[in-house]
Order: sequence, then structure tokens, then C-alpha cells
Amino acid sequence: MKIVIVGGGKVGFAIAREVSTEGHDITIIDNDRAVVENLSLALDGMTILGNGSTLDVQRSASVGESDLLIAATPNDEINILCCILARKLGCPNSIARIRRWEYKEELHLLREELGLSLVVTPDASAAREIFRLLQFPGFLKRESFVKSRAEIVALDLKEDSILQGKKLMDLPRVLRQKVLVCAVRRGEEAIIPDGSFQLEAGDEIFVTAPAAELSRLMENLGLRKKRARNVMIVGGGQKGAGLARLLSDAGVRVKLLEKEAERCQELAEQLPNVLVLCADGTRQDVLRSENISQMDAVVALTDVDEENVFICMYANMVGVPQAIPKVNRTEYGAVCQNCGIRYMISPKDICAQEVIRYVRAMQSTDAESILSVYSLMDGRVEALEFEVTADVPHLGEKLAAVRLKPNILLACITREGRVIFPGGNDYLQKGDIVVVVTAHDRVIVELRDIFAD
Amino acid sequence: MNMSMICRILGIVLEVEAAFMTPALGIALFRGEWGAVAGFSASMAALLLCGLLLRQRKLKRQEYYAREGFVTVGLSWLLLSAFGALPFYISGAVPSYIDCFFETVSGFTTTGASALAAVETLPKSLLYWRSFTNWLGGMGVLVFVLAINPFADDSGDTLHLLRAESPGVKVGKLVPRMRRSTAILYAIYLGLTALMFVLLLFDMPAFDALTVAFATAGTGGFSIWNAGMSVYSRYSQTVMTIFMLLFSVNFTVYYLLLLRRFRSAARNEELWTFLGVFAVSSLLIAGNIRSMYSGFGEALHHASFTVSSVVSTTGFAISDFDLWPWFSKTLLVALMFMGACAGSTGGGVKVIRLLMAVKIARRGVNRAIHPQEVRMIHLDGEAVDEETVSSVSAFLLVYLMLFIGSVLLLALEGLDFTTTFSSVAACLNNIGPALGRAGPALNYRCFSGLGKLLLCLDMLFGRLELYPMLMLFVPSAWKK
Repeated sequence: MKIVIVGGGKVGFAIAREVSTEGHDITIIDNDRAVVENLSLALDGMTILGNGSTLDVQRSASVGESDLLIAATPNDEINILCCILARKLGCPNSIARIRRWEYKEELHLLREELGLSLVVTPDASAAREIFRLLQFPGFLKRESFVKSRAEIVALDLKEDSILQGKKLMDLPRVLRQKVLVCAVRRGEEAIIPDGSFQLEAGDEIFVTAPAAELSRLMENLGLRKKRARNVMIVGGGQKGAGLARLLSDAGVRVKLLEKEAERCQELAEQLPNVLVLCADGTRQDVLRSENISQMDAVVALTDVDEENVFICMYANMVGVPQAIPKVNRTEYGAVCQNCGIRYMISPKDICAQEVIRYVRAMQSTDAESILSVYSLMDGRVEALEFEVTADVPHLGEKLAAVRLKPNILLACITREGRVIFPGGNDYLQKGDIVVVVTAHDRVIVELRDIFAD
Repeated sequence: MNMSMICRILGIVLEVEAAFMTPALGIALFRGEWGAVAGFSASMAALLLCGLLLRQRKLKRQEYYAREGFVTVGLSWLLLSAFGALPFYISGAVPSYIDCFFETVSGFTTTGASALAAVETLPKSLLYWRSFTNWLGGMGVLVFVLAINPFADDSGDTLHLLRAESPGVKVGKLVPRMRRSTAILYAIYLGLTALMFVLLLFDMPAFDALTVAFATAGTGGFSIWNAGMSVYSRYSQTVMTIFMLLFSVNFTVYYLLLLRRFRSAARNEELWTFLGVFAVSSLLIAGNIRSMYSGFGEALHHASFTVSSVVSTTGFAISDFDLWPWFSKTLLVALMFMGACAGSTGGGVKVIRLLMAVKIARRGVNRAIHPQEVRMIHLDGEAVDEETVSSVSAFLLVYLMLFIGSVLLLALEGLDFTTTFSSVAACLNNIGPALGRAGPALNYRCFSGLGKLLLCLDMLFGRLELYPMLMLFVPSAWKK
């Protein structure tokens, strides 16, 4: 597909890299000469210098002949303008990045009129993602599938874990509940395991489980079950405010640190149930005087990556069980992991993932068959959700008799609201929703692609 | 410096060269030229073996930057020439390896300068390979490798290679994907070459038509006759005049024409300047040499052919222009420096750089009058950023210094000034024939082995536009 991206900043670049790797032809427009020059060397695509919301520039980028326009400049209004213009030029799909929380309501109303196919709100998505992580401390990552009925959660296998040294086929007996390990990260390797795979301490495992059984899973694993009751957020930007709102609505006590007095006023108006503190959260004495060591979780969302990482390292040091920094420069992620920071949030990556999901769905020949795509382990493993249609082969056959391609795993089947972990006696049937886990080197677009024959 | 990555690309380049030798080997087998058969098969074996050895190195890192791009291009052109010379040497057709090397460098750099005493005595398969190097060098070998080999598929790394090998100020892509972009360029190149071949077939044997088409397309200028292009008819010469010009136009123009974007294609200052210079120079020379030919028409034919051959940096000759009046000769040497348009197969400084130099000079003079004036250099109606402006100035300066240095060194040969000066001009700008003792009727036999090697370097510097070769001699490029 031909895709035009307006804005080559952090988000634009992350999206461009993802869609380019998937084999689409990309053209990026940016009005900064240095940015354009860098992009032309970092990506295999066209780069155009200019204001992407002008007719001239959109014409020279052949927006009219493209399949999708993604507006990812930092300015919401320009993004909307870009999309309207693209629609007029004949581009059938457009995605706008919208940052301001306030626009959320009217965008729902105006999506039709503005011709937007999708609105991505990186800040809101990041806030939601952090919120979901805080609900189950101990899981490094959570992705939900099939209308939140099933989840894939990531967790570290510690030395004292009861899973240590166990073979995967013994897990249901050890945990006294049905779970499935769909992917394992061992060192730098990403493994799609089978039943005889033996777990070791130090593995990061991705477990599929019904959403309703998550808390039982935590209990059986011997992980701390208590939800975060006291959370400190450093940085009162869009993300911080959004997260504070979600948490306080869920009844969590939130301390929100913001250093600008004016912004604090605004926050205090919007968030009556949150303790807004006008203080510099990057200073240790401030953190100490606000009792950082007694918090269940600390979330650092300032604009500076390094400050966020430092705050979280400090929080870890004083014994806070969960510390999550916002890190934009994910290329240094391994450094953070070395410093003991296991959770990280990167809004641009979340945003790129959302766009990729949409692009995949657009591309799939049967638009209904692929429902969503999630990437695990920095994109080395993917989980895809499909609806089983009538033309999928091997319907009704026992799975024991069906061969799948290597490095592919059928993680779960949802039938009439029930989650099934497929065994040899189960089968696929029209209307099922299935989750397939695959190593990223093979791109699966349709469900039929998973079968070996 | 990422040596492992460089070695891998060099290995691929050598293997591709071996593949390119196959048709020549076929001709040698078909015609029973057993010396050439031995030459080609031994060279191909050497190429494949070295390519395989170079590719054995494990890739430690994937990173690849501008510096690596320049070094890769510089080294691969040296290796291509060194190995490409082997068939001439092993077959015994050319006894001195330096002469073989000179011939091959001259071929790949599309110079077309020869040091052979009697071209016609070479076996047909070697003549074919000699002309084919012109065609390969025209578009660039690495560009071809890029088009077929996805070694760094989904990143911009390959752009470094394209930029280092392709002539021009700002090298860009036609379409988002690098591979498709280079494939389109090669398709246009192939199409134009085929068209010319067919047009020539009406008038000459297939083998002649093929070699002439190769030499014209790459703006190389190798001929399979000692007498050059004067052996062919008026019709063929006119076809050559036109196609030499066609191949010195930026290929982007053809792409835009194919897309029917005529207005964008016409908005090209460089193109119009180039055509203007061609027309005016042809008329001036025709007037200057009229008395030597039977009429103005005849004079114009000779003048336009020669000017087209020089501005396109092909270097075909139908007349011994060394006998022309001094005004014509001097104008021809001046035109050598201008060369063709950027993004074509031609050499020289490129019209676009001179165009910008004129504008930069004009701005400099204006600044003396209005010291406070702020003015951007405009090209094709768009402002050119200052970085490009200063890179053009730097390029011209390095070019000038390299030229003066080469003339000084070549003067040690003890030949007359006209020969020395024009030889360096003809080699550095990838033309071919010069004036005096290296004129169209004679050739580069007059130089010693060392002199030929120096001219080889000049040809490579000129074809790769200085930096890739320069980088090989800069110690800091090799340091960690």
C-alpha cells in the first residue's frame, strides 16, 4: 500500500519504521530540513520538505493516489486539516494523532464529517496502558483479546518461583488452573515453546489466561495480589492528568507532582479527588518529604527520559514495588533493564502499534478476518486475533490431526463467550475467535496462512 | 569502519562482475577464440573465488554510514577494474598489465581513452567486453547490485551507496523504495540502449551496432575501429549525435515524461542550459571550421557530432579535431569541464554545478555592492539550502586542486603542454581523446606506465566525483 505520513517526529518516525518493515511504500512530509535529511537516511522511503497541510505539498506527495494518510505532527489542528485535505484529494483513509484530551468528545461526533478512519491519542493510550499495569503489579505487560475476555500477561520467572524447572505440559497440574505459555524470552532469544519446553529462572514468560482468572493466577503463582492503593505520579502533563483521572475514578489515592503553578491550578480544577502538589518531582528531598517509600507505585511522566529513569531507579532503591518511567528513546531500553527497571512506557510505540493494527486490518483481503495485532518482546513475537470464517480450511477437524507451520501457536479459542485452551481434541468452527502467536519473521495476514499445507 | 559489511558488499560486486563476463565467454566459445576463452574462464574463476572468500567474513554489525558508503564504492571500482583487466592480460592479447588496467579503468569510468596500438586485432569477445564495461560503468555497478540484491533492505543504508556512486549534487529516489527506484533507472537505461541498437541495425552489422550502442549509452566512447566513428555512415553518426545528448540528460526527466508529468519535466534549468550550450557551441565551431569542409551543412555535422561527443563526455570522433583552429580546440577543452547533466551517465563537473557556481559568483559580486543583502540561490524556482551551496563550492575547489596537481605530476613525462593539459582534462572529465599527441588520431600510447596509472586515478576520481576515491587516501577515514 502507499502510505503518506505527515510529521517525522518521534511518533511519525516510529510509525514509519513499522509500516516500512511491513513492506508498504512510505512518503514522509516534514517541514524541518534536518529532520527530512535524517529520515531519508534512516528509512527506505521518500521524504518531502514542506508543510503537509498545504495542497501543494500534498499534491507533490501524490496523496490523492495513496491508500492512507497518517497525520502525526505535534499540532492537533494541523493533523485534522491534513486529513480533511487528503480526503478531498481522494485518499480513502486517514489517521489523525490527537493529543488534547478535550477534543476526545467532539472527535467521536465529528469523525464522520472529518473523514477520519482512526484517531490515535498517544497520551490517553499511554495512560490507559499504565492503569492496566497498575491493576496487577507483578505482570510486566498486559494485552487483552477477544473483547477483554482473554489476556496475555508477561512475567519474570524468579529463582523462588514454583514454575522454575517445570515442563510446560505440567503447568495446569502445578497451578491447578488452565493456562498456556505462548512465548518465552530467554536472554536475547524469542521462543515459541511446545509442551516439552522446560522453564528456567530468568525467563520472561508470556501467559495466556481468561481475564476472569487473572487474580487467581497471581495467587497460584504466589505473586503479590494487592492492587496499588497509593500511587505517586511525577509530571502533570496530558498523560499524568489522564492517568490520575483513571486512578482516582477507580478509588486509588493519587499524589500528582507538577512544578508549574499555573498547570497545577488547572489540574486541581479538573481533578478534585487528586492530591495535586506544586513541586519539582525530580528533586530527591521533595520525593522524600512526600513519602515516596510508602507508595505502592511511582509513575514518572516528565518530558525528560533521563529524569524519569532516575526517579524510578530511586523509587526502586527505597523499596517501591512498582516504578514505571515514560521513556521515549526506547533504543536505550536495554540500559534501563540493566538498572533494574522492568516496566517502561513509550507512548510513541503504543501509538505505532495502534496504527499498525489498523494498517494490517486494511490490508487483509477479508476485512473481517483479522481483528487485532499485538506485538510482544519489542516486536519479535506477535499475537494476532482472527475471526474464523467459513472458508478457513480444516474446520471441524481435530487439531491433533492438523499441522501448523513451525513457530506458530494457537493460543486460545473463544466460542460463545467461553475461552478454550486448545488441546488435541478441540477443533475450529465458524464464528470462533482465535488468538495466534507467531515469531515476527513470518507475517501472517490471514488465518489460512498458519496451516502447514 | 564496518569492514565486515564492506567486505560482504565487495564480495557480491565481484560475483556480479563474474556473471557479467558470461556473454563475453559465450562469444569467445562461439567464435573459437581460445586465448580469450582461457582469459575469461580464468578471470571468472578468480572473481568467484575472491567473492566467496570476501563473503565468508561474519557480519559483526549492521551499521553502515556515509563513510562506509564512500569507501565501499571507491574500493569496488578499483577491484572491478583490476579484475576486469585480467581477460585482456591472460588471453595474451595485450602484453602489458598496466595497459590492460588502463583500458579497463577507461572502460568502467566511461572515459573511452585507449592505449592500444591496433584495436582491430583484438579478438571479438575482448572487444565486446571492452565496450560492455562502458555500458556497465555508465549507470554504475553498485546501483545494479542494489537493484537486484537486498542486503540492507528496509533501511536507508543503501542510500549512502547510491549517493556515493551516482553523479550529481542531490541524489534522490524516484519512488519510495530504493530497489524499485534503481530498477526503474536501469529499465530506462536498458530501453534507450535497445532503441539505439535497433536504429543502428539498419546501417551496420549487429556486432558493431551492439558495441556502439553500449559505448554511447554509457557515454563511454570505446570504438572497435582504429579510425573511430568515421567508418560509419552519415545516418549512423546522426543517430549517435542525438543519443549521446539523450544519455547526458538527467534520467529523472525520462521518468517524469513516462508519467506524463510534462510540466515538471520541463521545469529543469540544467537541461535547458545544457541544450543551449550545445547549440551555441556547435554553431560557433561550425562557423570556425567552415573553410575546412565542403559547406556549412557538412561543417555543422562535424561540429555538432564533436560537441555532442564532448559535452556528453563520450569521446567519439569522426574527424581529427586536433587539426581544427585553436578557437575550436580551446572551446572543446572548456566544454570538457562542463560535462553532462547530473543523474545521467555522463561525466565532467556537471552542468548543475557550473550553473550554481555562476549564481554563487553573481551573489558574491552583488554582496560587494549591497553588503546587507540576503539572497538565496534559486534553482528550478526553488531555494537551495546553504549547505548544498557550500558543498558545491568545496567540490569545485577540490576539483581544481586535483586538476592542477595532476597536470604538474604528468608534466614529469616531458611531453608538450597541450598534450599534458588536455590529457588530464580528458581523463578527469571522462571524455577520452585529448589534443596533441593524445589526440583523436593518436592515443595514450605516448605515456609511460606511471603516467598511465596517474591518468587511471584521474579517471576514477572523475567518474566517482572525487569523494569515494579521496576517502581511500584520507587516513582519518580508516581510523576507529
